[in-house]
Amino acid sequence: MTLLDSKSLATALSGPTRRLPFDAGYLLLAIALLLYPMVASPFFTFQIGGYTLILGTIALSLMVLAGYGGMVSLSQMTVAGIAGYSIAIFGTNASGVMGLGWPWWVAVPFAILIGATASALIGMLAVRTAGIYMIMITLAIGTAFFYFVRQNYAFFNGFNGFHGVNAPTVFGIYWRDPVPFYYLSLAIATFFFVAVSYMARSTFGLSLQAIRDNPRRMRAIGFDVAAHRVFAFFLSGVIAATAGVLLVWFNGQITAGTVDVNAAIDVLVVAVVGGLRKPIGPYLGALLFALLQNFAIDLIDPERFNTVIGGVFLLIIFFSPDGLLGLWERIRTTTMSKSLRPALRRKPSK
Amino acid sequence: MLINRRNLLAAAVALTALSSAAHADDTIKMGGLATLEGAFTVLGEDGLRGMKLALQEVNYTVAGKKIEVQTGSSDASPESAVKAARKLVEQGGVQVLIGPLSGSEGIAVKDYAKTQPNVTFINGSSAAQDTTLFNPAPNFFRFSTDGVQWMAGLGDYVYNEKHYKKVAVVAEDYSFPYSQVEGFMLPFCKAGGHVPAKFWVPIGNKDFSSVISALPDDVDAIYVALGGADAINFLTQYQQSGGTAPLIGGSITVDQTVLGSKGAIRKAVIGTAAAGPTADAWDDPKWQAFTAEYKKAFPDGFPAPSLFAHAYYINTKAAILALQKVNGDLSDGGAKFREALANLTFDTPTGPVKLDHNRNAIADIFVTEVVEGPNGALMNKVIKIAKDVNQTLGEPEADFLKIGPATRDNPDCK
Repeated sequence: MTLLDSKSLATALSGPTRRLPFDAGYLLLAIALLLYPMVASPFFTFQIGGYTLILGTIALSLMVLAGYGGMVSLSQMTVAGIAGYSIAIFGTNASGVMGLGWPWWVAVPFAILIGATASALIGMLAVRTAGIYMIMITLAIGTAFFYFVRQNYAFFNGFNGFHGVNAPTVFGIYWRDPVPFYYLSLAIATFFFVAVSYMARSTFGLSLQAIRDNPRRMRAIGFDVAAHRVFAFFLSGVIAATAGVLLVWFNGQITAGTVDVNAAIDVLVVAVVGGLRKPIGPYLGALLFALLQNFAIDLIDPERFNTVIGGVFLLIIFFSPDGLLGLWERIRTTTMSKSLRPALRRKPSK
Repeated sequence: MLINRRNLLAAAVALTALSSAAHADDTIKMGGLATLEGAFTVLGEDGLRGMKLALQEVNYTVAGKKIEVQTGSSDASPESAVKAARKLVEQGGVQVLIGPLSGSEGIAVKDYAKTQPNVTFINGSSAAQDTTLFNPAPNFFRFSTDGVQWMAGLGDYVYNEKHYKKVAVVAEDYSFPYSQVEGFMLPFCKAGGHVPAKFWVPIGNKDFSSVISALPDDVDAIYVALGGADAINFLTQYQQSGGTAPLIGGSITVDQTVLGSKGAIRKAVIGTAAAGPTADAWDDPKWQAFTAEYKKAFPDGFPAPSLFAHAYYINTKAAILALQKVNGDLSDGGAKFREALANLTFDTPTGPVKLDHNRNAIADIFVTEVVEGPNGALMNKVIKIAKDVNQTLGEPEADFLKIGPATRDNPDCK
């Protein structure tokens, strides 16, 4: 972690050469992602591709808080859910409750704003605690929201929630069709991926990382620690809320089950299994999660498939505490050092 | 490093290519969707037992074609059911899908069915009335009856024979119990009964003390539509708080767990009237044979097939019979197969079944009452059988549709 931070610090401090992480690898990845729907079936485009990007973006919002801010929050799914419910309540739904019928270009920004504001409020409650206490308080908020929406019928339609929440048709394209939906998710995921990479090197991002490493020293030199943390919650709220809007379009509905405790913990599992150090980590975790969720049942007796899912996650964390990201980097350093070894050996003789 | 990435890309392309595996002509792909996660896991497992039983009878073969079964799992939430259905249909390429298990799942899968006109969806055991009564999908069939039908005859029976005039309702808060309460209340209210109070509790509720203390004192009985652990918890707490009103059960309230319980509940449940599509202790030879077959095939299953096993069995059986009629030919996107299904009439272990114009079953329903059997064990004795119950409970359809979808507040007769 320190190695990465000093590297990013150095890049940021070198001023004019400050750059975004666009090397050949990312270019290849971008091309592969753009071409993916041409080779993949609609199922793979939508249910694996689209879902991975949405889940990865929600986990990215946790990565911002946990990786850069050192704050593990279990209420990211709640924030996504608040935005999703807002879309159903202010937009249109087929459940006959609420559904104020606002056009999407009003409802969507409004829903994201509500989600982000809710996240900032959660942040205000949570930032004065740390570690396990922050996990507890955010879990409590998430659980309370779940029980509230499940029992409130006037606004949230209780257990049944809202169905028939459709993505809009813009420019003659229905945005829930597999290919448009995939590209929409990809565009949003890419935007937040780049934004988070940029934020990490910005003054704010660096202050946030410094607060993570030593809040007392930062306070002593005059930084408002709480304000920085609350703003981090707000930014992560924007990310989670936008993904929440996509999630409700993906499912076509939102119910209390979308924001239950299991869903909240899934986000943490995705982020941790993927890796919390770089923005790409949550997306790796989300891809693995989506593949396992869909295909584990084909590998084993259908009554035992959850054991496979749990077992794979356990193995990854056991062999690489940094998750898939750590595993990938370990492989890279071994192959690199192998190819460098002859060169190094030759060096002294030169 | 570059090579590594290229390999990775190649692997990704190969993986996606797998998705477009070609259909073999001599197999029929069938999907089974049930709740193998969450609160209804045990019920989902029993549902799949029913499906297996029907397939074993024909040795997984129809007209010389092998039936290849893929399984999908949901956790009783509509999202998970649609996700699993989408995987089975779009990835697995199933041509016939049997499922799902629970009420709200059925509504969601029916909506999904409309986007897949070439795939035939046959219900598992989901029993929300809305699934087939309002905006039905042309390729969704239900040979198991719905939660309203399952109550047929119960309202009349408790009003006329048991002389209950005022009944309070305690039920779980989702679409299946809404249907059950509607099915109980419509005939009961029509006969002259009143339901002064309804209590809706979340699934998995542990503490019923607030409900019990709010129950009106002057009711003649309490109608309880709770399932599994919820039913046991409510009955225990009601006894402990000194409640003495007789009980009326929904279709999944008085199951083997309740009948097998010891202590105070045992006494209290004797005399409980209920209704449903099956009756464990029915002495009809066909039902007895079905029970024996189930026990032989699944020694680790329930003492008798649950209504979930029964529903999955009936629906799978219907699929097999219709497949036999069209010689296993699904090459036209299943159009002939669906026509055969729509016109299918057959005998089940619980009597004859046929479909109405919404592709929902018309079948017999059992009114039962808990009695002490000869060996001291409690059992559901069959009191009467309501013949050929249709989805509108015998009312003209136009009148019935005016009542509207069952909700927390509809119907109402305070």
